[in-house]
Amino acid sequence: MSLVARHLEAAGIPTVIAGSARDIVEECGVPRFLFVDFPLGNPCGKPWDTKMQYNIVGGALDLLERAWQPRTTVQRPETWAEGEADAHWRKRFMWVGDDNRAALAAAGAARRQAQAGNRKAS
Amino acid sequence: MKASMKDTTTPGISHRHYVSYIDKSREYYAASGYERPYRWPRYDHVPFTPLAKPLSQCRIGVVTTADQAPGPAPRATKLFVAPNSKASGLFTEKSWDREATHTDDPETYLPLQRLAEHVAAGHVGSLSPRFYGVPTDYSQRLTIEQDAPQIERWMREDGVDIALLVPL
Repeated sequence: MSLVARHLEAAGIPTVIAGSARDIVEECGVPRFLFVDFPLGNPCGKPWDTKMQYNIVGGALDLLERAWQPRTTVQRPETWAEGEADAHWRKRFMWVGDDNRAALAAAGAARRQAQAGNRKAS
Repeated sequence: MKASMKDTTTPGISHRHYVSYIDKSREYYAASGYERPYRWPRYDHVPFTPLAKPLSQCRIGVVTTADQAPGPAPRATKLFVAPNSKASGLFTEKSWDREATHTDDPETYLPLQRLAEHVAAGHVGSLSPRFYGVPTDYSQRLTIEQDAPQIERWMREDGVDIALLVPL
């Protein structure tokens, strides 16, 4: 998505990305990035919270209008959860630990075997 | 500014607080037996185009990574343009956080209703009658050479002045 923003911007269409994967977007380098520090899936606000969604979309519009140079990141003030609950989703996503290392290795091997089979069949 | 000054002091941190998806995905796929990590794009130069007219006179278009077709569908079907009435019923088979949340409310990733409200409030001129879908896969070449120029062509057809891009 960052690559699309870069293309549109270079073609004369100002862009803003609203997203939650801060490192991926910032490392690529985009004109304007509204960072919503939520689990991946709801960058425009929590489900059914129309007021929060309206405010976040408004923040994206503000950023479009007010940024004066590329690589402008603005972080939204909304938080997903507090304390332990907030730490929990950050830790759990794509978790790798002693409790799942063997299962991940086995699933990866099975996936590669299936892909090799598909290639042979086609 | 009305801000609650409640104490958010923590014991301090030893790692960055926000999630590094580059680090997490590298470690996850390494544990899954993929030896070569994905090479994420990184550029020194970043383009920039200031708004040519006031926001209240601009037409905005939205780009989504949600699909109009389910996961196994051919790549070509995932580069699409659709009328805004088709915003519900998209497929969201991306690597978002299934443990923490869900994508049952399309406004959380394709906020066409919220944008329409901002149009009604006069904050932005108008909303494109169509939205734009872009595939996300490992081919940065196809994104740059094929997808992005096509999104631009569709936006020009629709008279779009500015773009909101929302990766799932």
